[in-house]
Amino acid sequence: MNHLFEELEKDYRFKEGYHSCINCGTCTAVCPAAEFYRYDPRKIVDIVQTRDDRQIEELLSSDTIWYCGECMSCLTRCPRKNGPGLVIMALRDLSIRTGLFTRSEKGRQMLPLTRTFSRNILEFGYCVYPETFDWNDHKESGPVWKWHMDHLEKSLERLGANYKGDGPGVLRRIPQESLDELKAIFDVTGATERISLVEKYSQQKAEEMGMSLEEYEKKAFEYSSDKHFNE
Amino acid sequence: MIYEGKQKIWKDYQKEIPDDHWYYVRSCIRQNFFPASERKFTDITRNDLGKDVYETPYHTTCGGIAYHCDAIPQETAMTIVARQFALMTESGYENYVPSCVTSFGNYVEILETWREFPELETRIREQLWKACRREFNKPKYLAHTSDLIYHWRNEIAEKARYRLIDKETGEPVRMAEHIGCHYAKMFPSKGIGGAEYPYVLAGMIESWGGQVVDYPERRHCCGYGFRQYHMKANRGYCVSNTHKKFESMEPYGIQAILTNCPGCCYFMDRWQYVISEQTGKTYGKDGFGIPVFTYEELAGLVLGYDPWDLGLQLHQVAVEPFLDRIGVEYDPKAKYLGLNKEDLLKPELPTNLKCF
Ligand code: SF4
Ligand code: SF4
Repeated sequence: MNHLFEELEKDYRFKEGYHSCINCGTCTAVCPAAEFYRYDPRKIVDIVQTRDDRQIEELLSSDTIWYCGECMSCLTRCPRKNGPGLVIMALRDLSIRTGLFTRSEKGRQMLPLTRTFSRNILEFGYCVYPETFDWNDHKESGPVWKWHMDHLEKSLERLGANYKGDGPGVLRRIPQESLDELKAIFDVTGATERISLVEKYSQQKAEEMGMSLEEYEKKAFEYSSDKHFNE
Repeated sequence: MIYEGKQKIWKDYQKEIPDDHWYYVRSCIRQNFFPASERKFTDITRNDLGKDVYETPYHTTCGGIAYHCDAIPQETAMTIVARQFALMTESGYENYVPSCVTSFGNYVEILETWREFPELETRIREQLWKACRREFNKPKYLAHTSDLIYHWRNEIAEKARYRLIDKETGEPVRMAEHIGCHYAKMFPSKGIGGAEYPYVLAGMIESWGGQVVDYPERRHCCGYGFRQYHMKANRGYCVSNTHKKFESMEPYGIQAILTNCPGCCYFMDRWQYVISEQTGKTYGKDGFGIPVFTYEELAGLVLGYDPWDLGLQLHQVAVEPFLDRIGVEYDPKAKYLGLNKEDLLKPELPTNLKCF
Protein backbone atom coordinates (compact mmCIF):
# COMPACT_ATOMS: atom_id res chain seq x y z
CA MET A 1 0.00 0.00 0.00
CA ASN A 2 1.24 3.49 -0.90
CA HIS A 3 1.27 6.23 1.65
CA LEU A 4 -2.19 6.51 3.17
CA PHE A 5 -2.73 10.13 2.21
CA GLU A 6 -1.87 9.33 -1.40
CA GLU A 7 -4.39 6.50 -1.35
CA LEU A 8 -7.06 8.88 -0.07
CA GLU A 9 -6.31 11.33 -2.84
CA LYS A 10 -7.28 8.72 -5.45
CA ASP A 11 -10.80 8.44 -4.07
CA TYR A 12 -13.35 10.52 -6.01
CA ARG A 13 -15.27 11.35 -2.85
CA PHE A 14 -12.06 12.72 -1.41
CA LYS A 15 -11.40 14.73 -4.58
CA GLU A 16 -14.89 16.22 -4.22
CA GLY A 17 -15.04 16.68 -0.49
CA TYR A 18 -11.54 17.69 0.57
CA HIS A 19 -10.25 21.22 0.15
CA SER A 20 -8.42 23.38 2.64
CA CYS A 21 -10.22 23.52 5.98
CA ILE A 22 -10.25 26.70 8.05
CA ASN A 23 -11.23 24.87 11.20
CA CYS A 24 -14.35 26.95 11.71
CA GLY A 25 -16.41 24.10 13.21
CA THR A 26 -19.55 24.81 11.20
CA CYS A 27 -19.73 21.15 10.15
CA THR A 28 -19.62 20.03 13.77
CA ALA A 29 -22.34 22.51 14.74
CA VAL A 30 -24.86 21.01 12.29
CA CYS A 31 -23.76 17.38 12.54
CA PRO A 32 -26.33 14.87 13.88
CA ALA A 33 -23.52 12.46 14.77
CA ALA A 34 -21.78 15.09 16.90
CA GLU A 35 -25.12 15.47 18.69
CA PHE A 36 -24.85 11.95 19.98
CA TYR A 37 -21.31 10.60 19.75
CA ARG A 38 -17.95 11.95 20.90
CA TYR A 39 -17.44 13.06 17.38
CA ASP A 40 -16.11 16.17 15.71
CA PRO A 41 -15.95 16.20 11.89
CA ARG A 42 -13.87 19.39 12.01
CA LYS A 43 -11.12 17.46 13.77
CA ILE A 44 -11.20 14.68 11.18
CA VAL A 45 -10.66 17.06 8.26
CA ASP A 46 -7.97 18.81 10.28
CA ILE A 47 -6.13 15.54 10.95
CA VAL A 48 -6.34 14.56 7.28
CA GLN A 49 -4.91 17.89 6.18
CA THR A 50 -1.77 17.27 8.25
CA ARG A 51 -1.05 14.52 5.64
CA ASP A 52 0.62 12.69 8.49
CA ASP A 53 0.28 8.95 7.81
CA ARG A 54 0.72 8.02 11.45
CA GLN A 55 -2.26 10.14 12.48
CA ILE A 56 -4.28 8.95 9.49
CA GLU A 57 -3.57 5.34 10.42
CA GLU A 58 -4.83 6.06 13.92
CA LEU A 59 -8.03 7.45 12.43
CA LEU A 60 -8.50 4.42 10.21
CA SER A 61 -8.14 2.14 13.24
CA SER A 62 -10.52 4.12 15.45
CA ASP A 63 -14.25 4.18 16.14
CA THR A 64 -14.34 7.85 15.15
CA ILE A 65 -14.69 7.39 11.39
CA TRP A 66 -17.69 5.10 11.86
CA TYR A 67 -19.82 7.60 13.79
CA CYS A 68 -20.90 9.64 10.74
CA GLY A 69 -24.41 9.05 9.36
CA GLU A 70 -23.52 10.20 5.81
CA CYS A 71 -26.36 12.72 5.89
CA MET A 72 -24.17 15.34 4.15
CA SER A 73 -25.59 18.23 6.20
CA CYS A 74 -21.98 19.37 6.62
CA LEU A 75 -21.50 19.73 2.86
CA THR A 76 -24.27 22.31 2.55
CA ARG A 77 -22.86 24.51 5.28
CA CYS A 78 -19.07 24.36 4.95
CA PRO A 79 -17.78 27.77 3.85
CA ARG A 80 -14.91 26.10 1.98
CA LYS A 81 -17.10 23.56 0.15
CA ASN A 82 -15.61 20.67 2.06
CA GLY A 83 -17.68 17.60 2.70
CA PRO A 84 -16.43 15.95 5.87
CA GLY A 85 -19.05 13.24 5.15
CA LEU A 86 -17.37 12.57 1.79
CA VAL A 87 -13.91 12.53 3.39
CA ILE A 88 -15.29 9.97 5.86
CA MET A 89 -16.48 7.76 3.00
CA ALA A 90 -12.97 7.73 1.58
CA LEU A 91 -11.45 7.03 5.01
CA ARG A 92 -13.85 4.13 5.56
CA ASP A 93 -13.02 2.67 2.18
CA LEU A 94 -9.34 2.79 2.99
CA SER A 95 -9.91 1.34 6.46
CA ILE A 96 -11.68 -1.62 4.84
CA ARG A 97 -8.98 -2.13 2.18
CA THR A 98 -6.19 -2.05 4.77
CA GLY A 99 -8.03 -4.29 7.24
CA LEU A 100 -7.72 -1.60 9.92
CA PHE A 101 -11.51 -1.61 10.38
CA THR A 102 -11.30 -4.69 12.59
CA ARG A 103 -9.37 -2.70 15.20
CA SER A 104 -12.44 -0.78 16.36
CA GLU A 105 -15.80 -1.87 17.75
CA LYS A 106 -17.78 0.18 15.21
CA GLY A 107 -15.47 -0.80 12.36
CA ARG A 108 -16.15 -4.48 13.06
CA GLN A 109 -19.76 -3.81 12.06
CA MET A 110 -18.53 -4.11 8.46
CA LEU A 111 -19.03 -7.87 8.71
CA PRO A 112 -22.77 -7.87 9.45
CA LEU A 113 -23.30 -4.92 7.10
CA THR A 114 -21.48 -6.52 4.18
CA ARG A 115 -23.19 -9.87 4.75
CA THR A 116 -26.69 -8.40 5.00
CA PHE A 117 -26.52 -6.07 2.02
CA SER A 118 -24.62 -8.35 -0.33
CA ARG A 119 -27.11 -11.13 0.40
CA ASN A 120 -30.13 -8.85 -0.07
CA ILE A 121 -28.81 -7.47 -3.33
CA LEU A 122 -27.49 -10.68 -4.86
CA GLU A 123 -30.30 -13.02 -3.76
CA PHE A 124 -33.27 -10.70 -4.04
CA GLY A 125 -32.22 -7.56 -5.96
CA TYR A 126 -33.25 -5.27 -3.08
CA CYS A 127 -31.22 -3.53 -0.35
CA VAL A 128 -33.95 -4.31 2.17
CA TYR A 129 -36.21 -7.33 1.83
CA PRO A 130 -39.01 -8.77 4.01
CA GLU A 131 -37.47 -12.23 4.28
CA THR A 132 -34.30 -10.90 5.86
CA PHE A 133 -35.98 -8.30 8.09
CA ASP A 134 -36.34 -10.11 11.42
CA TRP A 135 -38.88 -8.36 13.64
CA ASN A 136 -37.05 -9.53 16.76
CA ASP A 137 -34.06 -7.47 15.67
CA HIS A 138 -36.35 -4.53 14.89
CA LYS A 139 -38.73 -4.15 17.78
CA GLU A 140 -38.75 -0.40 17.19
CA SER A 141 -40.87 -1.13 14.12
CA GLY A 142 -43.67 -1.62 16.62
CA PRO A 143 -46.56 -4.01 17.19
CA VAL A 144 -48.12 -2.85 13.93
CA TRP A 145 -45.14 -4.20 12.03
CA LYS A 146 -45.24 -7.46 13.91
CA TRP A 147 -48.85 -7.77 12.76
CA HIS A 148 -47.85 -6.92 9.19
CA MET A 149 -45.00 -9.45 9.18
CA ASP A 150 -47.27 -12.11 10.71
CA HIS A 151 -49.71 -11.60 7.81
CA LEU A 152 -47.11 -10.55 5.26
CA GLU A 153 -48.55 -12.03 2.09
CA LYS A 154 -52.13 -11.07 2.84
CA SER A 155 -51.27 -7.60 4.06
CA LEU A 156 -49.18 -6.90 0.96
CA GLU A 157 -51.89 -8.34 -1.28
CA ARG A 158 -54.44 -6.05 0.40
CA LEU A 159 -52.24 -3.05 -0.47
CA GLY A 160 -51.87 -3.91 -4.13
CA ALA A 161 -48.29 -5.18 -4.01
CA ASN A 162 -46.99 -7.88 -6.36
CA TYR A 163 -44.93 -9.73 -3.73
CA LYS A 164 -42.77 -12.38 -5.42
CA GLY A 165 -44.92 -12.05 -8.53
CA ASP A 166 -43.87 -11.78 -12.18
CA GLY A 167 -44.00 -8.52 -14.10
CA PRO A 168 -43.72 -5.03 -12.64
CA GLY A 169 -45.01 -3.83 -9.28
CA VAL A 170 -44.21 -3.49 -5.59
CA LEU A 171 -41.83 -6.17 -4.23
CA ARG A 172 -42.03 -8.15 -7.47
CA ARG A 173 -39.65 -11.08 -7.93
CA ILE A 174 -36.61 -9.65 -9.66
CA PRO A 175 -35.95 -11.91 -12.68
CA GLN A 176 -32.97 -14.28 -12.39
CA GLU A 177 -31.26 -12.71 -15.42
CA SER A 178 -31.26 -9.34 -13.62
CA LEU A 179 -29.80 -10.94 -10.48
CA ASP A 180 -27.12 -12.54 -12.68
CA GLU A 181 -26.25 -9.10 -14.01
CA LEU A 182 -25.93 -7.74 -10.48
CA LYS A 183 -23.54 -10.59 -9.68
CA ALA A 184 -21.49 -9.81 -12.79
CA ILE A 185 -21.36 -6.14 -11.74
CA PHE A 186 -20.16 -7.20 -8.26
CA ASP A 187 -17.44 -9.33 -9.87
CA VAL A 188 -16.25 -6.68 -12.32
CA THR A 189 -16.32 -3.66 -10.00
CA GLY A 190 -14.65 -5.03 -6.89
CA ALA A 191 -17.65 -5.74 -4.65
CA THR A 192 -17.04 -9.50 -4.69
CA GLU A 193 -13.42 -8.93 -3.79
CA ARG A 194 -14.55 -6.55 -1.04
CA ILE A 195 -16.79 -9.26 0.44
CA SER A 196 -13.87 -11.73 0.64
CA LEU A 197 -11.63 -9.09 2.15
CA VAL A 198 -14.12 -8.24 4.89
CA GLU A 199 -14.64 -11.95 5.58
CA LYS A 200 -10.89 -12.63 5.70
CA TYR A 201 -9.97 -9.78 8.04
CA SER A 202 -13.01 -10.44 10.26
CA GLN A 203 -12.10 -14.13 10.51
CA GLN A 204 -8.56 -13.22 11.60
CA LYS A 205 -9.85 -10.78 14.19
CA ALA A 206 -12.47 -13.22 15.50
CA GLU A 207 -9.70 -15.79 16.07
CA GLU A 208 -7.61 -13.18 17.82
CA MET A 209 -10.59 -12.36 20.06
CA GLY A 210 -11.21 -16.06 20.73
CA MET A 211 -14.65 -16.11 19.13
CA SER A 212 -16.36 -17.94 16.32
CA LEU A 213 -17.14 -15.75 13.33
CA GLU A 214 -20.85 -16.04 14.13
CA GLU A 215 -20.32 -14.82 17.71
CA TYR A 216 -18.18 -11.99 16.37
CA GLU A 217 -20.87 -10.98 13.88
CA LYS A 218 -23.62 -11.03 16.50
CA LYS A 219 -21.56 -8.94 18.89
CA ALA A 220 -20.72 -6.40 16.20
CA PHE A 221 -24.42 -6.11 15.33
CA GLU A 222 -25.82 -5.64 18.80
CA TYR A 223 -23.20 -4.73 21.38
CA SER A 224 -22.30 -1.15 22.21
CA SER A 225 -19.83 -0.14 24.91
CA ASP A 226 -20.64 3.20 26.50
CA LYS A 227 -17.37 4.92 25.59
CA HIS A 228 -18.88 6.37 22.41
CA PHE A 229 -21.41 8.77 23.81
CA ASN A 230 -21.49 12.43 24.70
CA GLU A 231 -22.23 13.22 28.30
CA MET B 1 -33.74 39.78 3.20
CA ILE B 2 -34.83 42.18 0.48
CA TYR B 3 -37.60 40.77 -1.65
CA GLU B 4 -35.72 40.91 -4.99
CA GLY B 5 -32.76 39.05 -3.48
CA LYS B 6 -35.03 36.28 -2.28
CA GLN B 7 -36.74 36.11 -5.68
CA LYS B 8 -33.36 35.68 -7.34
CA ILE B 9 -32.28 32.88 -5.03
CA TRP B 10 -35.62 31.18 -5.57
CA LYS B 11 -35.23 31.46 -9.33
CA ASP B 12 -31.88 29.63 -9.16
CA TYR B 13 -33.64 26.71 -7.54
CA GLN B 14 -36.53 26.31 -9.95
CA LYS B 15 -36.25 23.11 -11.88
CA GLU B 16 -37.61 22.19 -15.26
CA ILE B 17 -39.96 19.22 -15.01
CA PRO B 18 -41.41 17.72 -18.21
CA ASP B 19 -45.14 17.14 -17.96
CA ASP B 20 -45.22 13.54 -19.20
CA HIS B 21 -43.40 10.32 -20.19
CA TRP B 22 -41.44 9.22 -17.16
CA TYR B 23 -39.36 6.12 -16.61
CA TYR B 24 -40.12 5.03 -13.05
CA VAL B 25 -37.84 3.08 -10.67
CA ARG B 26 -38.90 1.83 -7.28
CA SER B 27 -37.44 2.24 -3.80
CA CYS B 28 -36.34 -0.64 -1.57
CA ILE B 29 -37.40 1.11 1.63
CA ARG B 30 -40.75 2.24 0.26
CA GLN B 31 -41.66 -1.12 -1.21
CA ASN B 32 -41.05 -2.63 2.21
CA PHE B 33 -42.46 0.01 4.51
CA PHE B 34 -44.88 2.01 2.34
CA PRO B 35 -45.97 -0.50 -0.30
CA ALA B 36 -49.29 1.27 -0.85
CA SER B 37 -47.58 4.63 -1.48
CA GLU B 38 -45.64 3.09 -4.35
CA ARG B 39 -48.79 1.50 -5.67
CA LYS B 40 -50.68 4.78 -5.38
CA PHE B 41 -47.97 6.75 -7.17
CA THR B 42 -48.70 4.81 -10.34
CA ASP B 43 -52.49 4.80 -9.71
CA ILE B 44 -52.63 8.57 -9.17
CA THR B 45 -50.28 9.56 -11.98
CA ARG B 46 -51.69 7.11 -14.54
CA ASN B 47 -55.38 6.96 -13.64
CA ASP B 48 -56.17 10.30 -11.99
CA LEU B 49 -53.78 12.43 -14.02
CA GLY B 50 -53.53 10.39 -17.23
CA LYS B 51 -49.72 10.42 -17.42
CA ASP B 52 -47.37 7.92 -19.01
CA VAL B 53 -45.29 6.44 -16.17
CA TYR B 54 -43.44 3.34 -17.33
CA GLU B 55 -41.86 0.58 -15.24
CA THR B 56 -39.87 -2.48 -16.27
CA PRO B 57 -39.67 -5.55 -14.01
CA TYR B 58 -35.94 -5.83 -14.77
CA HIS B 59 -34.85 -2.86 -12.70
CA THR B 60 -33.33 -3.52 -9.28
CA THR B 61 -32.17 -1.71 -6.19
CA CYS B 62 -29.94 1.29 -6.98
CA GLY B 63 -27.61 0.03 -4.23
CA GLY B 64 -27.81 3.40 -2.45
CA ILE B 65 -28.36 2.06 1.04
CA ALA B 66 -25.59 -0.51 0.76
CA TYR B 67 -23.33 2.22 -0.62
CA HIS B 68 -24.04 4.58 2.28
CA CYS B 69 -23.52 1.69 4.72
CA ASP B 70 -20.08 1.37 3.06
CA ALA B 71 -20.91 -2.22 2.13
CA ILE B 72 -20.24 -1.82 -1.61
CA PRO B 73 -17.53 0.20 -3.38
CA GLN B 74 -18.39 3.42 -5.22
CA GLU B 75 -17.77 1.90 -8.64
CA THR B 76 -20.22 -0.91 -7.88
CA ALA B 77 -22.93 1.59 -6.96
CA MET B 78 -22.17 3.55 -10.12
CA THR B 79 -22.33 0.50 -12.38
CA ILE B 80 -25.66 -0.63 -10.88
CA VAL B 81 -26.98 2.85 -11.67
CA ALA B 82 -25.48 2.72 -15.16
CA ARG B 83 -27.45 -0.49 -15.72
CA GLN B 84 -30.65 1.24 -14.59
CA PHE B 85 -29.93 4.00 -17.13
CA ALA B 86 -29.37 1.36 -19.81
CA LEU B 87 -32.81 -0.12 -19.10
CA MET B 88 -34.31 3.38 -19.44
CA THR B 89 -32.50 3.92 -22.73
CA GLU B 90 -33.60 0.54 -24.09
CA SER B 91 -37.21 1.36 -23.15
CA GLY B 92 -37.07 4.58 -25.18
CA TYR B 93 -37.37 7.05 -22.29
CA GLU B 94 -35.24 10.01 -21.27
CA ASN B 95 -37.03 11.35 -18.18
CA TYR B 96 -36.02 9.35 -15.13
CA VAL B 97 -37.93 9.35 -11.83
CA PRO B 98 -36.72 7.37 -8.80
CA SER B 99 -39.09 6.87 -5.89
CA CYS B 100 -36.67 7.45 -3.00
CA VAL B 101 -34.58 10.32 -1.69
CA THR B 102 -31.54 8.10 -1.08
CA SER B 103 -31.79 6.93 -4.69
CA PHE B 104 -32.35 10.43 -5.99
CA GLY B 105 -29.29 11.66 -4.07
CA ASN B 106 -27.31 8.71 -5.38
CA TYR B 107 -28.26 9.46 -9.01
CA VAL B 108 -27.49 13.17 -8.62
CA GLU B 109 -24.15 12.45 -6.97
CA ILE B 110 -23.18 10.01 -9.71
CA LEU B 111 -24.17 12.29 -12.58
CA GLU B 112 -22.36 15.23 -11.00
CA THR B 113 -19.23 13.16 -10.31
CA TRP B 114 -19.20 11.98 -13.94
CA ARG B 115 -19.63 15.56 -15.12
CA GLU B 116 -16.64 16.62 -13.06
CA PHE B 117 -14.53 13.54 -13.82
CA PRO B 118 -15.45 12.29 -17.32
CA GLU B 119 -12.74 9.61 -17.18
CA LEU B 120 -14.72 7.91 -14.42
CA GLU B 121 -17.86 7.85 -16.57
CA THR B 122 -15.82 6.21 -19.35
CA ARG B 123 -14.55 3.61 -16.91
CA ILE B 124 -18.07 2.83 -15.65
CA ARG B 125 -19.31 2.48 -19.26
CA GLU B 126 -16.54 -0.07 -19.85
CA GLN B 127 -17.39 -1.96 -16.68
CA LEU B 128 -21.09 -2.06 -17.52
CA TRP B 129 -20.27 -3.40 -20.97
CA LYS B 130 -17.99 -6.02 -19.52
CA ALA B 131 -20.52 -7.14 -16.89
CA CYS B 132 -23.82 -6.80 -18.77
CA ARG B 133 -23.13 -5.98 -22.42
CA ARG B 134 -25.27 -2.87 -22.08
CA GLU B 135 -24.87 0.77 -23.07
CA PHE B 136 -26.75 3.80 -21.85
CA ASN B 137 -27.68 7.43 -22.35
CA LYS B 138 -27.81 9.61 -19.30
CA PRO B 139 -31.30 10.86 -18.44
CA LYS B 140 -32.24 14.18 -19.98
CA TYR B 141 -34.28 15.01 -16.90
CA LEU B 142 -33.97 13.57 -13.43
CA ALA B 143 -36.73 14.21 -10.90
CA HIS B 144 -37.73 12.70 -7.60
CA THR B 145 -41.28 11.28 -7.36
CA SER B 146 -42.23 14.12 -5.01
CA ASP B 147 -41.08 16.63 -7.66
CA LEU B 148 -43.75 15.18 -9.95
CA ILE B 149 -46.50 15.29 -7.32
CA TYR B 150 -45.37 18.89 -6.67
CA HIS B 151 -45.48 19.62 -10.40
CA TRP B 152 -49.04 18.26 -10.61
CA ARG B 153 -50.16 19.62 -7.21
CA ASN B 154 -52.65 22.08 -8.66
CA GLU B 155 -54.24 19.44 -10.89
CA ILE B 156 -54.60 17.31 -7.77
CA ALA B 157 -56.12 20.28 -5.92
CA GLU B 158 -58.66 20.74 -8.72
CA LYS B 159 -59.78 17.11 -8.40
CA ALA B 160 -59.66 17.12 -4.60
CA ARG B 161 -62.50 15.75 -2.52
CA TYR B 162 -61.04 17.03 0.77
CA ARG B 163 -58.90 20.00 1.70
CA LEU B 164 -56.35 20.31 4.49
CA ILE B 165 -58.79 22.39 6.51
CA ASP B 166 -60.00 21.65 10.03
CA LYS B 167 -63.67 21.01 9.48
CA GLU B 168 -64.63 22.19 12.97
CA THR B 169 -62.75 25.48 13.00
CA GLY B 170 -62.39 26.18 9.27
CA GLU B 171 -58.68 26.86 9.89
CA PRO B 172 -55.90 25.37 7.71
CA VAL B 173 -54.31 22.26 9.22
CA ARG B 174 -50.94 23.11 10.80
CA MET B 175 -48.31 20.97 9.13
CA ALA B 176 -44.56 20.53 9.34
CA GLU B 177 -42.58 19.27 6.38
CA HIS B 178 -39.36 17.25 6.42
CA ILE B 179 -37.35 17.20 3.22
CA GLY B 180 -34.76 14.48 3.88
CA CYS B 181 -31.05 15.25 3.78
CA HIS B 182 -30.14 13.65 0.45
CA TYR B 183 -32.78 15.56 -1.51
CA ALA B 184 -30.82 18.81 -1.70
CA LYS B 185 -28.12 19.06 0.96
CA MET B 186 -25.41 17.76 -1.37
CA PHE B 187 -26.48 19.47 -4.58
CA PRO B 188 -28.95 22.20 -3.62
CA SER B 189 -29.63 23.22 -7.21
CA LYS B 190 -31.10 19.78 -7.98
CA GLY B 191 -34.02 20.11 -5.56
CA ILE B 192 -37.01 22.40 -5.84
CA GLY B 193 -36.18 25.42 -3.69
CA GLY B 194 -32.67 24.15 -2.85
CA ALA B 195 -31.46 23.27 0.63
CA GLU B 196 -32.30 26.68 2.07
CA TYR B 197 -35.90 27.19 0.91
CA PRO B 198 -37.05 23.73 -0.13
CA TYR B 199 -40.55 24.11 -1.48
CA VAL B 200 -41.36 20.68 -2.83
CA LEU B 201 -43.51 19.64 0.14
CA ALA B 202 -44.52 23.12 1.30
CA GLY B 203 -45.98 23.70 -2.17
CA MET B 204 -48.20 20.62 -1.86
CA ILE B 205 -49.41 21.57 1.63
CA GLU B 206 -50.27 25.09 0.55
CA SER B 207 -52.05 24.16 -2.62
CA TRP B 208 -54.15 21.55 -0.80
CA GLY B 209 -55.28 24.09 1.82
CA GLY B 210 -52.91 23.51 4.77
CA GLN B 211 -50.50 25.83 6.54
CA VAL B 212 -46.76 25.15 6.71
CA VAL B 213 -45.39 25.67 10.21
CA ASP B 214 -41.72 26.46 10.80
CA TYR B 215 -39.80 25.19 13.84
CA PRO B 216 -36.14 25.52 14.88
CA GLU B 217 -34.92 22.02 13.98
CA ARG B 218 -36.88 21.82 10.72
CA ARG B 219 -33.76 21.02 8.68
CA HIS B 220 -32.15 18.64 11.19
CA CYS B 221 -31.61 15.07 10.00
CA CYS B 222 -34.24 12.49 11.09
CA GLY B 223 -31.33 10.39 12.36
CA TYR B 224 -31.41 7.48 9.90
CA GLY B 225 -27.64 7.52 9.43
CA PHE B 226 -27.68 4.27 7.35
CA ARG B 227 -25.37 2.00 9.40
CA GLN B 228 -26.55 3.89 12.48
CA TYR B 229 -29.95 2.28 11.99
CA HIS B 230 -29.08 -1.01 10.33
CA MET B 231 -26.82 -2.00 13.24
CA LYS B 232 -28.83 -2.57 16.38
CA ALA B 233 -25.93 -1.31 18.50
CA ASN B 234 -26.16 2.17 16.95
CA ARG B 235 -29.86 2.91 17.04
CA GLY B 236 -29.58 5.33 19.96
CA TYR B 237 -28.15 7.73 17.38
CA CYS B 238 -31.36 7.56 15.37
CA VAL B 239 -33.87 7.97 18.16
CA SER B 240 -31.86 10.83 19.73
CA ASN B 241 -32.01 12.86 16.55
CA THR B 242 -35.73 12.28 16.02
CA HIS B 243 -36.25 13.17 19.69
CA LYS B 244 -34.42 16.45 19.15
CA LYS B 245 -36.76 17.30 16.28
CA PHE B 246 -39.95 16.46 18.17
CA GLU B 247 -38.87 18.41 21.24
CA SER B 248 -38.19 21.39 19.00
CA MET B 249 -41.56 21.00 17.25
CA GLU B 250 -43.55 20.66 20.45
CA PRO B 251 -44.43 24.33 21.14
CA TYR B 252 -45.77 24.90 17.61
CA GLY B 253 -48.98 22.89 17.69
CA ILE B 254 -48.13 20.78 14.65
CA GLN B 255 -50.99 18.49 13.63
CA ALA B 256 -49.32 16.38 10.94
CA ILE B 257 -45.97 15.99 9.20
CA LEU B 258 -45.35 15.53 5.49
CA THR B 259 -42.13 13.79 4.46
CA ASN B 260 -40.13 13.41 1.28
CA CYS B 261 -37.97 10.43 2.11
CA PRO B 262 -39.28 6.99 3.11
CA GLY B 263 -36.65 6.59 5.82
CA CYS B 264 -37.64 9.86 7.48
CA CYS B 265 -41.32 8.95 7.30
CA TYR B 266 -40.76 5.55 8.87
CA PHE B 267 -38.42 6.84 11.59
CA MET B 268 -40.45 9.88 12.58
CA ASP B 269 -43.46 7.57 12.96
CA ARG B 270 -41.73 4.69 14.75
CA TRP B 271 -39.44 6.63 17.06
CA GLN B 272 -42.50 8.43 18.45
CA TYR B 273 -43.66 4.98 19.51
CA VAL B 274 -40.25 4.14 21.03
CA ILE B 275 -40.05 7.49 22.86
CA SER B 276 -43.53 6.86 24.26
CA GLU B 277 -42.50 3.41 25.48
CA GLN B 278 -39.25 4.69 26.98
CA THR B 279 -40.45 7.91 28.59
CA GLY B 280 -44.24 7.88 28.44
CA LYS B 281 -44.18 11.05 26.35
CA THR B 282 -46.44 11.54 23.32
CA TYR B 283 -46.39 14.57 21.03
CA GLY B 284 -49.96 14.76 19.70
CA LYS B 285 -53.13 15.61 21.62
CA ASP B 286 -54.68 13.32 24.24
CA GLY B 287 -52.00 10.64 24.17
CA PHE B 288 -51.87 10.33 20.38
CA GLY B 289 -48.75 10.94 18.28
CA ILE B 290 -48.33 13.34 15.38
CA PRO B 291 -49.10 11.43 12.17
CA VAL B 292 -46.36 11.41 9.54
CA PHE B 293 -47.31 11.00 5.88
CA THR B 294 -45.73 10.28 2.53
CA TYR B 295 -46.74 12.67 -0.28
CA GLU B 296 -48.76 9.94 -2.03
CA GLU B 297 -50.65 9.27 1.18
CA LEU B 298 -51.51 12.94 1.54
CA ALA B 299 -52.34 13.34 -2.17
CA GLY B 300 -54.44 10.16 -1.97
CA LEU B 301 -56.36 11.42 1.08
CA VAL B 302 -57.04 14.75 -0.60
CA LEU B 303 -58.23 12.93 -3.73
CA GLY B 304 -60.62 10.82 -1.64
CA TYR B 305 -58.92 7.41 -1.70
CA ASP B 306 -59.86 5.06 1.14
CA PRO B 307 -57.25 5.51 3.92
CA TRP B 308 -56.85 1.75 4.22
CA ASP B 309 -56.15 1.47 0.46
CA LEU B 310 -53.41 4.04 1.09
CA GLY B 311 -51.83 1.75 3.70
CA LEU B 312 -52.34 4.10 6.64
CA GLN B 313 -52.98 1.05 8.84
CA LEU B 314 -49.22 0.35 8.64
CA HIS B 315 -48.36 3.51 10.58
CA GLN B 316 -47.73 3.05 14.29
CA VAL B 317 -49.07 6.54 15.07
CA ALA B 318 -52.86 6.51 14.69
CA VAL B 319 -54.04 8.57 11.73
CA GLU B 320 -57.73 8.66 12.71
CA PRO B 321 -57.65 12.01 14.57
CA PHE B 322 -56.21 13.59 11.42
CA LEU B 323 -58.82 11.92 9.19
CA ASP B 324 -61.57 13.19 11.50
CA ARG B 325 -60.07 16.68 11.51
CA ILE B 326 -60.28 17.11 7.73
CA GLY B 327 -63.52 15.12 7.51
CA VAL B 328 -62.39 12.02 5.62
CA GLU B 329 -65.10 9.35 5.54
CA TYR B 330 -63.76 5.92 6.45
CA ASP B 331 -64.77 2.66 8.06
CA PRO B 332 -62.84 2.22 11.33
CA LYS B 333 -63.67 -1.48 11.42
CA ALA B 334 -62.08 -2.10 8.01
CA LYS B 335 -58.62 -0.92 9.14
CA TYR B 336 -56.96 -4.29 9.53
CA LEU B 337 -59.04 -6.40 7.16
CA GLY B 338 -57.44 -8.26 4.28
CA LEU B 339 -58.66 -8.53 0.74
CA ASN B 340 -62.39 -9.43 0.51
CA LYS B 341 -62.77 -8.33 4.14
CA GLU B 342 -60.79 -11.32 5.42
CA ASP B 343 -60.17 -11.14 9.17
CA LEU B 344 -56.43 -10.78 9.81
CA LEU B 345 -56.74 -10.09 13.55
CA LYS B 346 -55.26 -6.85 14.92
CA PRO B 347 -51.90 -5.59 16.10
CA GLU B 348 -51.31 -5.35 19.83
CA LEU B 349 -51.60 -1.88 21.31
CA PRO B 350 -48.56 0.09 22.49
CA THR B 351 -48.30 0.82 26.22
CA ASN B 352 -48.54 4.60 26.07
CA LEU B 353 -49.12 5.76 22.53
CA LYS B 354 -52.83 5.80 21.85
CA CYS B 355 -53.87 3.71 18.83
CA PHE B 356 -56.91 1.96 17.44
S1 SF4 C 1 -17.16 23.56 8.05
FE1 SF4 C 1 -15.59 23.20 6.45
S2 SF4 C 1 -13.95 24.70 6.87
FE2 SF4 C 1 -15.28 24.61 8.70
S3 SF4 C 1 -14.27 23.06 10.05
FE3 SF4 C 1 -15.80 21.97 8.85
S4 SF4 C 1 -14.67 21.21 7.04
FE4 SF4 C 1 -13.40 22.82 7.98
S1 SF4 D 1 -22.30 13.61 6.80
FE1 SF4 D 1 -21.42 12.82 8.70
S2 SF4 D 1 -20.00 14.43 9.37
FE2 SF4 D 1 -21.41 15.37 7.86
S3 SF4 D 1 -23.08 16.25 9.11
FE3 SF4 D 1 -23.74 14.19 8.47
S4 SF4 D 1 -23.14 12.83 10.18
FE4 SF4 D 1 -21.97 14.77 10.41
